[in-house]
Amino acid sequence: MFLFSFVAVAQHHDEEHAQHAHELAVEPVSSLRDEIKEFINHHLLDSHDFGLFSYENEQGEEVHVGAPLPVILYDSESGLNIFASSKFHHGETVAENNGNYFKLFHGKIYKTNASGAISYDAHHHATNVKPFDFSITKNVTFIFLVGLLMFLVFTKMAKNYKTNTMPKGFGRLLEPIILYVRDDIAIPNIGHKHYKKYMSYLLTVFFFVWIVNLLGLTPVGINVTNNIAVTLSLALVTYFLTTFTANKNYWKHIFWMPGVPTPMKFLLAPIELLGTIIKPFSLMIRLYANITAGHIVLMSIIGMMFIFKNWIGSPLSFGLAFALSLLELLVAALQAYIFTMLSALYFGSAVEEHDDH
Amino acid sequence: MEGLNYIGAGLIVIGAGLGIGRIGGSAMDAIARQPEASGKIQTAMLIAAALIEGIGFAALFAA
Repeated sequence: MFLFSFVAVAQHHDEEHAQHAHELAVEPVSSLRDEIKEFINHHLLDSHDFGLFSYENEQGEEVHVGAPLPVILYDSESGLNIFASSKFHHGETVAENNGNYFKLFHGKIYKTNASGAISYDAHHHATNVKPFDFSITKNVTFIFLVGLLMFLVFTKMAKNYKTNTMPKGFGRLLEPIILYVRDDIAIPNIGHKHYKKYMSYLLTVFFFVWIVNLLGLTPVGINVTNNIAVTLSLALVTYFLTTFTANKNYWKHIFWMPGVPTPMKFLLAPIELLGTIIKPFSLMIRLYANITAGHIVLMSIIGMMFIFKNWIGSPLSFGLAFALSLLELLVAALQAYIFTMLSALYFGSAVEEHDDH
Repeated sequence: MEGLNYIGAGLIVIGAGLGIGRIGGSAMDAIARQPEASGKIQTAMLIAAALIEGIGFAALFAA
């Protein structure tokens, strides 16, 4: 599941930036309001390096504080290129690797000549060759880290149960949550008979989404779940699990539902079939939109401080941001819950037996 | 005609707000009548609210 999201992230990343690069290139930063808007947009995007903050030093140079991340590019002409993103110097210089030149232009990597020239078409889109970008970006790094963290914590906890019946330490905090997922999400929605085979996925997705949402609220500026590619891959896993574990009864209810007059069956079947795709689609949009909306509102409120520029701005902005952060803490858990809950509901409909009605 | 986008977005928010408000209100009534079923009511409420929210967001993206 994780592997799948990496590739999706890296590739989607391209498309998103293409649109964005266009918008940014057309509108130059003119006023404070635009600057804040640009900052928010920048925050919402994935990036090739892990930047904490940047400032101007006494010599007037911009200093970036952060860590470079590996860039992995592939195109048919120059093959595989792997180098550190520090070579881009945040888009200021051209990166050279094995005689190939690459330039980071508005968050997107293009192949260029040694001077880093980028040519445009009539719509101000860059026409340079765009290599496939499989880079370990900021989002991918944190997906890795959260995956590793979960693996370590939960394997340790599972090992502990072999000798003790009581969890120890941090496991005491996690046990009620795991039991909650089992007893209040999985069993009521899927049923006693089938819930076991879905538990591993439900627990994984619940903790993954929750941890990642919580990390998005920390000031390090990562936001994995407000990348639609991540939520798309999560939703796709739910979709595939539903589709491939579905029993005869599930398909019967889609194509030839019992108790419905025959002419209506022809009318309803396409709608029901479309419904199977709309369900994971709404899962994707819901998680993505909720987290993105939260981030935008939170950052706009912080931006108010710079717009007001008087004694009222700071306390107001601080108070609102504090209240909203608390709300976002709730939303982080709630969205993880809803995602798991609805996944369980779809699994439940897939394995429902005829006599379960 | 760009302004119509914003009017549409406003209408969506009003609709979704009314819908979720009704769900919340009805759930409150239900919990008041049967406090022992509050867990089940809460779950059903959250699912219904999430579905409305999903449609709301989908429409917002279209707007």
